[in-house]
Amino acid sequence: MSGRIADTFARLRRDREPGLVTYVTAGDPDLGRCADILAALDRAGADVLEVGVPFSDPLADGPVIQRATERALAAGGSLRATLTLVERMRPVVKAPIVIFSYANPVLRMGVTAFATRAAGAGVDGVLVLDLPVEESSELHQVLASSGLDTIFLLSPTTTDARIRRAAELGSGFLYGISRLGVTGARDRVATGAEEMVRRIRRHTALPIALGFGISRPEHVGEVSAYADAAVVGSALVALVAEASASPNLIDRVEAYVRELKGACVAPGTERP
Amino acid sequence: MTASVGRRDPDRRGYFGEFGGRYVPETLVEPVEELERAYFAARDDRSFHAELDRLLTHYVGRPTPVYEATRLSRASGGARIFLKREDLTHTGSHKINNALGQALLAVRMGKRRIVAETGAGQHGVATATACARLGLECHVYMGADDMARQALNVVRMRLLGAEVLRVDSGSRTLKDAINEAMRDWVTNVGETYYLLGSVLGPHPYPLMVREFQSVIGREARQQIVDLAGRLPDAIVACVGGGSNAMGIFDAFIGDRAVRLIGVEAGGEAITRGRHAARFAGGSAGVLQGTRTFVLQDDDGNIDLTHSISAGLDYAAVGPEHAWLRSMGRAEYAYVTDAGALAAFQSLSRLEGILPALESAHAVAYAESLARELGPGGVILVNLSGRGDKDVHTMEKTLAAAQSGVEEGGAS
Repeated sequence: MSGRIADTFARLRRDREPGLVTYVTAGDPDLGRCADILAALDRAGADVLEVGVPFSDPLADGPVIQRATERALAAGGSLRATLTLVERMRPVVKAPIVIFSYANPVLRMGVTAFATRAAGAGVDGVLVLDLPVEESSELHQVLASSGLDTIFLLSPTTTDARIRRAAELGSGFLYGISRLGVTGARDRVATGAEEMVRRIRRHTALPIALGFGISRPEHVGEVSAYADAAVVGSALVALVAEASASPNLIDRVEAYVRELKGACVAPGTERP
Repeated sequence: MTASVGRRDPDRRGYFGEFGGRYVPETLVEPVEELERAYFAARDDRSFHAELDRLLTHYVGRPTPVYEATRLSRASGGARIFLKREDLTHTGSHKINNALGQALLAVRMGKRRIVAETGAGQHGVATATACARLGLECHVYMGADDMARQALNVVRMRLLGAEVLRVDSGSRTLKDAINEAMRDWVTNVGETYYLLGSVLGPHPYPLMVREFQSVIGREARQQIVDLAGRLPDAIVACVGGGSNAMGIFDAFIGDRAVRLIGVEAGGEAITRGRHAARFAGGSAGVLQGTRTFVLQDDDGNIDLTHSISAGLDYAAVGPEHAWLRSMGRAEYAYVTDAGALAAFQSLSRLEGILPALESAHAVAYAESLARELGPGGVILVNLSGRGDKDVHTMEKTLAAAQSGVEEGGAS
């Protein structure tokens, strides 16, 4: 598949460095500033950039990303605009880019057209929230033949048999959902998250990124002890919302992500 | 083709042809499979059906009658129009058939916390009723706009002990209530049963809801033969998600000479955002767990919809309807807000029956079909609900159009 995601996790493993995956919604607060935000995330050391496609009915998202979606749609966001944004930022951004979408925008464009355009834009991987392994065979085949990774979500409710299927079909990394529920920042990492990561590891050598509810540097540090990467989404999106009226928006995003990345410390290593 | 129409279960992945499936977030895959296993076990269990049948007979008041609307027929100048009187059920609509079936299933699964969505409030009231009867905790999500226009049903749900949760996102109607109910389910999945109200959502809901509603058609098929001496020329039912329509269609699908006609909401006009006629302006897409006909834009975002009836005001349609249409077994038409209002008035004045605004769409279509078929034709309309909940909307609309109100009906 795409070398960029595999190379990134290979480098992280070699350096015994836990990774940081960031999520922002494409077009939030507008397409121009979203481009600047992606560049800032990359400068700040995010290892993988998830770029969310705004969709009218984000039923797996909590209020923070729902609002971001509304802002992005109002600002002209769409799957096409997301791919244009990626294409524009690809020469600037070192980190691999993963498109994070609901199924309908992708199916509306057509999976073949989508895969061709995504590959052309420099996308590295694709995660579709409401396309579980059972529904994803066509998309997976088309993405694979375009050299793109298909990334699957795994949840505390996922059975071992389905973990194995996702691990067989998926590439790049697997995205572990740390808790039941929709996206959104929480005060603490879910109990059971570590056990879930260990359960996934019994079935696969693919890297595991853990997300949902991870919002603070100390959460990232905690997750770094057992997952290959931590995913921070809603907390970052909330910062974009809060700072969007400020001239310091980009600086604040960069500073926050530097702090998160600084908390990615390998197990057994002293914290700085 | 005939063989696949005869066999009416979806395939193992929940597809009716190319429609249906299970497009859910990962966390819900296993709960939906658990639901499927529990439902198939219950479907094969005589004691489950016996318990449901007892409730339908003694609590809901089934069988509901089929009634010949002779004055409406005469005024329409043509075919005989028969009404399947789902409006006479306990709680006033067909929704109770499914709500009781699924609530019994929830009990069987050991789930005591029920979440549901509602548009017109009829499914919410039915669910609140079933939960009260079975001692379950009930939370109903409802769009803010629907709470305003169906205020009576909000009060009914609360009196029945349900918590009604207001949804302010998106179009503030049924679609957004379903999003919110699914968010609740994904968060509280262990102890929660999601009691979906129509033939929508991921497999097995479209199948299961149809099966719980198919009692309508089983009764009606015998009743119409007894009354008219033959099968009808056409069955007419309104289609929001499409549960009352699937419920009455199901028993007639093998009767190839019987036309099955679903009536969607034409709203103000077939212009983007002003209607809910999925087959008039929609295309294949995925919404809320299922692949079906959806009103959407070029980017795959779901269109806003409009209908004077909250129960039809939804951007997608049940996947089995999309399949029946693709096979040519069912036809779909639409009736505008104005047409439904006129039919509401004619049925009220000619037959002494206040229909739900949803059902009034079917009545309006039946009136024009009666003219087309002429005397000797037989039409069976599923009168899916009663109109008490809509008197406020009618009063406002009629006051606004006072001068245009016609005097009486033909007699």
